Amino acid sequence: MDSKEIIARRIALELKDGNVVNLGIGLPTMVSNYLPKGVNILLQSENGFVGLAPVKDVDPDLVNAGGQPVGLVPGAAMFDSCTSFMLIRGGHVDATVLGGLQVDSKGNLANWMVPGKMVPGMGGAMDLVSGAKKVIIGMEHTAKDGTPKILVNCDLPLTGKGVVNMIVTELGVIRVIPEGLGLILEETAPGVTPEEVIAKTQAKLTISPNLTTMKL
Amino acid sequence: MEKVISIEKALDKINDGATIMIGGFLGVGNPPTLVDALIKKNVKNLTLIANDTARPDLGIGKLVVNKQLKKAIVSHIGTNAETGRQMIAGELSVDLIPQGTLAERIRCGGAGLGGFLTPTGVGTIVEDGKQRLVLSGKSYLLEMPLRADIALLYAQKADKFGNLVFRRSSRNFNPIMAFAADVVIVEAKEIVEIGQIDPDEVMVTGVVVDWLVQGKGGNA
Repeated sequence: MDSKEIIARRIALELKDGNVVNLGIGLPTMVSNYLPKGVNILLQSENGFVGLAPVKDVDPDLVNAGGQPVGLVPGAAMFDSCTSFMLIRGGHVDATVLGGLQVDSKGNLANWMVPGKMVPGMGGAMDLVSGAKKVIIGMEHTAKDGTPKILVNCDLPLTGKGVVNMIVTELGVIRVIPEGLGLILEETAPGVTPEEVIAKTQAKLTISPNLTTMKL
Repeated sequence: MEKVISIEKALDKINDGATIMIGGFLGVGNPPTLVDALIKKNVKNLTLIANDTARPDLGIGKLVVNKQLKKAIVSHIGTNAETGRQMIAGELSVDLIPQGTLAERIRCGGAGLGGFLTPTGVGTIVEDGKQRLVLSGKSYLLEMPLRADIALLYAQKADKFGNLVFRRSSRNFNPIMAFAADVVIVEAKEIVEIGQIDPDEVMVTGVVVDWLVQGKGGNA
């Protein structure tokens, strides 16, 4: 199982039957492949609908927020961009799963730009993190060169302040304590020790007294 | 009043330096015939208000490649490398705005509202230069309305009064922008007689639509 699959499988277990969920582009999209039997979620797409499904017949008028052709489930609904963000900002989306460049000890998230290098724009990410009831960040634990991505303080421009609830990486599951009170390591991936996770994390991690092996 | 006009007549209304809103999301819901005509006319120094700049070979992305913009007010440019290149080279000014804030600013512009308060962007660089208000213990940014000289929109179907029906995810910003520009030009894939769209199916009233153009079919 590669890192991305571990992350996607674990996040899938966080979603409850009937949840309205917005999945970011890339790794987060994989989450819907691993939902447990009996858990049906309704996917929201910020370009204006709920009820996103895998593509069957390509319809040029129907794409996801990444511009890729998708399908619709029975019972889906289409709407305009204002309504889409009424759902998002208004707390009608139960969870959003997004990637991250950096997350810090206060639950701050940076995932929309690297000054001077990559400035794609925030799209709907800032609204999603401010409005979704639960913000789950799925990302590889460190950058490709091994640099920690879970930091004391983010140094990249923020997407949201104190918005992250949970971080899932290929090494473990970390919960963010509200009010900037720090990070708790709750699960480690099979074969990974808490010491290894701590060594690869710049922010201080408190090890949960109920630390378990990551369910996959 | 006859609202259906030729593409040439529609283009006469757009001049150098105009601020234009164009509906669409990554090309889907851009008005393809109007955009291609805009490129042919080669109007310059436009300020574009749209969700994104699509891709270099798709929809309004082609306006960027053809260097017709002086400013883009959008939520995302990541799918069009040329937008990023022009921004870094100082040839194009880009205002990046959170997507929900962009949509709501346009709605305010069309709804006679003086602005709105949103939690989106609090504590980020989006807050720079904006007023922060704390109400009932929660922080909000004051965001101002957005309007344009011209809106170029796309609808699946219009009757000759301009009542509009949109299809699937090509709806996106189109209905909101219909209220927020001085001149609203809609490219419809299909134009039908008045009365042929059931009033309950109308998504945007023709009251806000000034001109209609028959689309040539096809997508952005």
